Amino acid sequence: MIRRAPLILGSKTYETITKDIVSLVESFPGPSYYMGIAGAQFLLLIFLFAQGMIVWFGMGMMGVNHPVGWGTDIITFVFWIGIGHAGTLISAVLFLFRQKWRTSIARTAEAMTVFAVMTAGLFPILHTGRPWLAYWLLPYPNQRGPLWVNFRSPLVWDVFAVSTYATVSMVFWYIGMVPDLATIRDRAKNKWRKRIYGALSLGWRGTARNWNHYEMVYMLLAGLSTPLVLSVHSIVSFDFAVATLPGWHTTIFPPYFVAGAIFSGFAMVVTLMAIVRELVPVFKDYITIDHMENMNKIIMATGLMVGYAYGSEFFIAWYSGVEYETFIFMNRAFGPYGWSYWIMVTCNVIIPQIFWFKAARRNIPIMFVVSIFVNIGMWFERFVITITSLHRDFLPSSWGMWIPTLYDFGALFGSFGLFFTLFLLYIRLLPAISIAEVKPVLGVGREGDGHGHH
Amino acid sequence: MDIIDKVISKLRPKARQGMAGIWLDEHKFVEAAGKVRQSGYTKFDAISPFPLHGIDDAMGIPFSYIPWVTLTFGLTGFSFGTWFTWWASSQDWAINIGGKPMWSLPAFIPIMFECTILLAALSSVGALLWICNLPMIDPPVIDPDLTSHKFGLFVPEDDTGYDAAKLEQLFRQLGAVEVKKAEF
Repeated sequence: MIRRAPLILGSKTYETITKDIVSLVESFPGPSYYMGIAGAQFLLLIFLFAQGMIVWFGMGMMGVNHPVGWGTDIITFVFWIGIGHAGTLISAVLFLFRQKWRTSIARTAEAMTVFAVMTAGLFPILHTGRPWLAYWLLPYPNQRGPLWVNFRSPLVWDVFAVSTYATVSMVFWYIGMVPDLATIRDRAKNKWRKRIYGALSLGWRGTARNWNHYEMVYMLLAGLSTPLVLSVHSIVSFDFAVATLPGWHTTIFPPYFVAGAIFSGFAMVVTLMAIVRELVPVFKDYITIDHMENMNKIIMATGLMVGYAYGSEFFIAWYSGVEYETFIFMNRAFGPYGWSYWIMVTCNVIIPQIFWFKAARRNIPIMFVVSIFVNIGMWFERFVITITSLHRDFLPSSWGMWIPTLYDFGALFGSFGLFFTLFLLYIRLLPAISIAEVKPVLGVGREGDGHGHH
Repeated sequence: MDIIDKVISKLRPKARQGMAGIWLDEHKFVEAAGKVRQSGYTKFDAISPFPLHGIDDAMGIPFSYIPWVTLTFGLTGFSFGTWFTWWASSQDWAINIGGKPMWSLPAFIPIMFECTILLAALSSVGALLWICNLPMIDPPVIDPDLTSHKFGLFVPEDDTGYDAAKLEQLFRQLGAVEVKKAEF
């Protein structure tokens, strides 16, 4: 029989697993952590300053103008929403497919989803220019009629999709954490730690009757999250595809967006896991090179799908015989924003090809660099889609250019500050690996160990 | 403040007295749970740091009925989404948008779908909390290691044929490393 590689390295017992993971919550971090969080806080300040200025003085602070009305805010919204998708894919889809290797990365990937969606959600609200009226997006009984929102608008679908996605992801993440929070509570010697984690754990005690329902709900949430995650990026793509603009009005958008989202999300998971493995060396036993290799394989597979979509778009633009469509694609690759198209192709299609080599798939510095390139490439994909279709449409008299301002850059780079602040706090305050899920897979790939016979 | 006190006292579980045994090996533990059930106890519970294979069969725990809650509320969400988009767009204040029909069903599918998922997911979680009596404030804990690496059985005093001495003997026979009177 072919032996499976162990999912957890080192000679661990249930007791040491608990200790390894909970000790992170129970101790103070080292200097590298503080340096990391200081950097994140600095970026967060930039974000607050940039967005504060934009809200105070108005959208004119950013580069959006006629004819390009969608700029950094929309590009970055789609970017962050896409990032979130890998977390749900790992926690829900791989769960339904009984992929046991998901257990040690699922919690952190899901945290990434929650924080990415939180970051993403700010952008369309700030893009409205009057974020204090954001509740107008919801169909609530009002004194203007009541005047309802336009349910035929993809922007309203987006409000429903993203808020449902945010809610369900957070609930899924939290419910998954409840047994681990109870573990922290039961180990706590400090009075306040016991109180806070006791409250967060909801008084969970892990009786067999409770586990029975718990596992069922976990599976149901996974089953509900799977179509949800596919719907969210499909609906995000409708924001573009439902408009009649050349380059946007295509039926390929939903699957193309979903593949791109998973692609970028897995790249972000690899980036984060490489950082976490350095910050917390003991996690190298749980998040092994095998885990990283699996994710790199998914990056390559989805990268090829994205590359196929780029090619297919071009082919259809020519094959359809629609001159506007043909023009917009020639303009994408060879027009004034052609550089962004080639950044996208290089980062998303060419660079990940290095993962055909096993040595590259299993090399942390290489995969870290590749994952950063993929993140950059996927931001530029949304840039290409948004900007190039808007800046030259049907009438040459209404053509124009989009030039970002300092505030565009502040909003974009600052958003990483928000994301990483939340992420670094999470790593130290919550169980970063699912303790209750890792223990049952301890026996996988270990010979002569009673745990493996399921 | 009366209402807060009421809520808090409701969330504070009433502790039951009984006998508890602690195991270190999960396989012996699952077997022990089965044997305790065969000895005629019905109200006992098994505490483990993670869900155990085979414990449901050993203890005779029925298949969870939460999927029915999910289905019911999923259908409710779907119906609500369908009704609300129809009512708001074609009945309460019909507005002609782009010459599309007032009741343009395909355009409403995303809303209907999201309502379905949202209600199904939240109701499942609500059902879980309801069934497990969560949240609980300061529930008694038999051994803090039961959420880490130990496995515990607890038989309450009001269980049929409860006999502390016999239970202690049974637990020891089945491989318990520790047996004690406990509240849970």
